[in-house]
Amino acid sequence: MTEDSKHSASKFRQRKRYAAERRFRLYGVIGISVAIGALCLLIGSMASKGWSAFLQTYIVLDVELPRDDLTSNGKINITALREANYVSYLRKSLRNQFPNVQSRRDRRSMNKLLSSGAALDLQKLVITENSLVGKKIRFVAVASDDLDQFMKGNITAGTGGRISSKQANWIEALDRSGKLEKRFNKNLFSNGDSREPELAGLWGATMGSLLTMFVTVLLSFPLGVAAAIYLEEFAAKNRWTDLIEVNINNLAAVPSIVFGLLGLAVFLSFFGLPRSAPLVGGIVLALMTLPTIIIAGRAALGAVPPSIREAAIGMGASPMQVVLHHVLPLAFPGILTGTIIGAARALGETAPLLMIGMVAFIVDIPGNITDPATVLPVQIYLWADSPERAFVERTAAATLILLTFLILMNLIAVIMRKKFERRW
Amino acid sequence: MNIETFSPNEKLKADDFSIETSTINEQKIGMDQAEETANKMSTRNLDVYYGDKQALFDINVDIPERSVTALIGPSGCGKSTFIRCLNRMNDTIDGCRVEGDIHIDKSDIYDRGLDVVELRARIGMVFQKPNPFPKSIYDNVAYGPRIHGLAQNREELDEIVHNSLKRAGLLKEVEDRLDAPGTGLSGGQQQRLCIARAIAVSPEVILMDEPCSALDPIATAHIEELIDELRENFTIVIVTHNMQQAARVSQKTAFFHLGVVVECNATSEIFTSPRDERTQGYITGRYG
Repeated sequence: MTEDSKHSASKFRQRKRYAAERRFRLYGVIGISVAIGALCLLIGSMASKGWSAFLQTYIVLDVELPRDDLTSNGKINITALREANYVSYLRKSLRNQFPNVQSRRDRRSMNKLLSSGAALDLQKLVITENSLVGKKIRFVAVASDDLDQFMKGNITAGTGGRISSKQANWIEALDRSGKLEKRFNKNLFSNGDSREPELAGLWGATMGSLLTMFVTVLLSFPLGVAAAIYLEEFAAKNRWTDLIEVNINNLAAVPSIVFGLLGLAVFLSFFGLPRSAPLVGGIVLALMTLPTIIIAGRAALGAVPPSIREAAIGMGASPMQVVLHHVLPLAFPGILTGTIIGAARALGETAPLLMIGMVAFIVDIPGNITDPATVLPVQIYLWADSPERAFVERTAAATLILLTFLILMNLIAVIMRKKFERRW
Repeated sequence: MNIETFSPNEKLKADDFSIETSTINEQKIGMDQAEETANKMSTRNLDVYYGDKQALFDINVDIPERSVTALIGPSGCGKSTFIRCLNRMNDTIDGCRVEGDIHIDKSDIYDRGLDVVELRARIGMVFQKPNPFPKSIYDNVAYGPRIHGLAQNREELDEIVHNSLKRAGLLKEVEDRLDAPGTGLSGGQQQRLCIARAIAVSPEVILMDEPCSALDPIATAHIEELIDELRENFTIVIVTHNMQQAARVSQKTAFFHLGVVVECNATSEIFTSPRDERTQGYITGRYG
């Protein structure tokens, strides 16, 4: 080969090499772009559907609170305050806006524009602020979900629909006179579940999730870490421990609904634990999270350099002291990360909890781990199934909130890992 | 060359000789004692197996107290295996089997009644690669006294830490930053920290497995000086690849080869008039 042809041959190879390197990098960029694109698509579609759920339409009314009804002998009577007919006060105020509306049918139709929860809000207000009795107050009443959806443009007026043309006229009249306000939908965050979309909130499901997570982490973390320590540090390396390791790895891949069936058969039927309770949900999810924590724990413990162990043993530390004083602190960031990832996965689980009955319609906010409760993902599922139009945006909003919790948990995992990480 | 080619008589002579040399050794370091040098540790018929493979064959070595005994030999000859037997570190290795007797002050270290954790407090170890704990300098040195309950209160602990660091020759360099992490020191300082950590529990024996092999010559010189000072109070066994270091630092040397102690004698004798051809070959650098 001549010098020239050698040189051009090597130049050709070099160009091919550079092109191959560029392509290789391009594949990586494509992969990341697709992943980020999918994520943006998910969050974007949820956000576009759900952002309106954070706003709720309210009707501003001048409400008269008659002194006679609420007092006896001139003094404030608590019973009277509680039992007064607040609905009638609100309806009266609404009628005053439209003095022309006379027929009973029309009036009933107009009353439907108010939410049933408005009267409860008014009652709460009067009970806390007794000074309002006998006055005419400006009260912001929750509008019905149909009015709210009409104002958001999700339903149109028409015969046979949720909003009749008459109602549409009234709504537009209220709007023109500035009586309609869109405010932050605090009910979404402070109330429990409800049949009425405008009153439906996530607080019950959030509490249920928190209680369930509490039981899950309380059970799975100590057991998982103890099992990981024993398997990694103390167990002899023989066929039995190999068998255990294979089984744990397999358990991590078992579909979660199987754990739900286990919970149904063993904890509910055999042990008779309360149905729909965070206690049972927590136990089921703990069993599901345990393999993840054990696997992550073993990896973290195995990553501690043997020189640390040797130094500790050489100092005359007992096996327990070696693990607790030296190995565990160094393995802790990895164990913590594994735990939070496992817990985040458990937070989003629906199928096993459906099996143990956490799919019921629960209105009350659960107070402890034996109260019936539901969890966020199940709540989303229930709302997605509901017929009312207003639940569509609320489902999307609830999904966003669940995603926010998950992102928060992973963020905490990253921060804690950075904080506890040590160099050796 | 196999040991079988030696006549039994000659072998006996070598044994006799080594006992004699230890008495000469004693005179050489000028210890004024009426009785013979006590042997701090001794092994008899020591065999060590890794699974089916035998690593040490019939080792009989005496470690005299308050002096430095060096173990030299080519790579893979069993020096590290031997030194790790002395504080039962080989217990932590799966599949390692130790047969024979090892005694410290006449008591068997494999005796069932003997607590291995306490044994390791009496026999400290310094490793080849410095391995300070990822804690502060103070906590590194204080760890041993803490877990063995050697200090009643904070003042006593402070005193132990200060004394250990002083003896290790590290105090001046770190006394203003005892809370700094131990891993932030230089290699030589880390090794001195490990030595301070080992002497903080007042062991009777200090085992050193090639303590200077990861260090530069200046740091090595510091450590050798330190070893010389320490031998007034501690029995030291040092494994070294570096023959000049063995010659500088030790009073007694054992030459290992292929799992057998070829020769075990006063250092001066080994290096000036070795009895065995293999020893001769090793110290003159023909192999190793």
